[in-house]
Amino acid sequence: MAHEHKLEIFRGLVKFKNNTQKIWGVLAFLSLITAVEVVLGIIKPPVLIDTDVAGMKLLNWIFIILTLVKAYYIAWDFMHLRDEKSALRRVIVWTPIFLVIYLVFILLMEADYIYNVYKDGFISWNF
Amino acid sequence: MDSTITTDAEDNVWGGGNMPLGASYGKMMMWFFIVSDALTFSGFLAAYGFTRFKFIETWPIADEVFTHVPFFHGNYPMIYVAFMTFVLIMSSVTMVLAVDAGHKLKKDAVIWYMFATIIGGAMFVGSQAWEWATFIQGEYGAVETKGGRILQFVKADTGERAAISDFATTIASEREEHEKRNGVWYYAGEELPAYTVNEVIAGFKEDTNLLVRTETLNEEGEKTLLTRAASIEKLKNATEVVIGANLIHNEYGSRLFGDFFFFITGFHGFHVFSGVVINLIIFLNVVVGTYERRGHYEMVEKVGLYWHFVDLVWVFVFTFFYLV
Repeated sequence: MAHEHKLEIFRGLVKFKNNTQKIWGVLAFLSLITAVEVVLGIIKPPVLIDTDVAGMKLLNWIFIILTLVKAYYIAWDFMHLRDEKSALRRVIVWTPIFLVIYLVFILLMEADYIYNVYKDGFISWNF
Repeated sequence: MDSTITTDAEDNVWGGGNMPLGASYGKMMMWFFIVSDALTFSGFLAAYGFTRFKFIETWPIADEVFTHVPFFHGNYPMIYVAFMTFVLIMSSVTMVLAVDAGHKLKKDAVIWYMFATIIGGAMFVGSQAWEWATFIQGEYGAVETKGGRILQFVKADTGERAAISDFATTIASEREEHEKRNGVWYYAGEELPAYTVNEVIAGFKEDTNLLVRTETLNEEGEKTLLTRAASIEKLKNATEVVIGANLIHNEYGSRLFGDFFFFITGFHGFHVFSGVVINLIIFLNVVVGTYERRGHYEMVEKVGLYWHFVDLVWVFVFTFFYLV
């Protein structure tokens, strides 16, 4: 395990010669994503802001997806999850994902409900 | 049936020779810790999301709050945070290079890469301290209404923010700050604000170029500007001048925004700080050759896992606090 590295990323599209090269390759990719995020965050293209997807701006969805992509490469290549046994990988990854989706779903639904209570004027708060 | 009993305890299943899932005990425990810590951070970020969805129409815009870069004046939204993100990713890279060098038992390479990692971590913590200081100090100032909402000031002709210190008049105050030298029975007196509400309102009425900006977001996702008449009417509700931020008031908008900023970035910053300390300990161990004698550098790998985790969390904090 410790000395063997899987050197392919993007599902085998890019294959590196050795582990050091792979690390720099992943760094370049992560920096690129961060740069894209920052540029989008500064420009805020009107098209992406005006489009709503499932109750949220398209731009925000793009940010969240890019974040998950970054998280994937940090965990898979920097934390060597790619080289671990798949059972360990699944335990580590799916447990939090399940719990977080559960928690976020509940909290955001509840928050939206409270927002509507405020909005309908049952409680006066904006004065 | 083969007997599994051997005299060497290291190879014995009950002697600790067993490695479930192909991960050593220490690495497994580090993963356990990381998963539970990830859930803690998720709890914080989910709570942030909860509060934000609750006040979705009035939440502050991060781009307008974090606009500063050290040594430069002007309006640079996001640039410095992006730089911090890059520093942390970069230190993650040197960490993974240290782990890689450890596998090859190259002691000197491990030393230099770990050193670079520690420097990167220290830079990040320093940047965060600066970010906090800027946030606490504030820039323009605002007034708070009876309901705890924030009213900010904008120049009508340019649309730029107006600082309270630029337009507030000075009215001779009837109250002096109570200091220790004024009395024997001194308890801490309430501090006088730099400007009183009346001074701000008087200054506002004199300068016809000023408008009030409320917390409410309009359809374009920008803060709503009031007309001149509505501004003066709204200012009657003002109770307090707020400059900068603390846990109770902040000039940027919703009070909870400041609280979550301090809590989430603070908890993350504490992780980075402890990561730097742990890295330093392992670094010293590498220097004195502990792992060289042990024959493997697994400790570097374990501390590396923690360090990457800190980076991973920052990626999410960056998105949910600064971008979205």
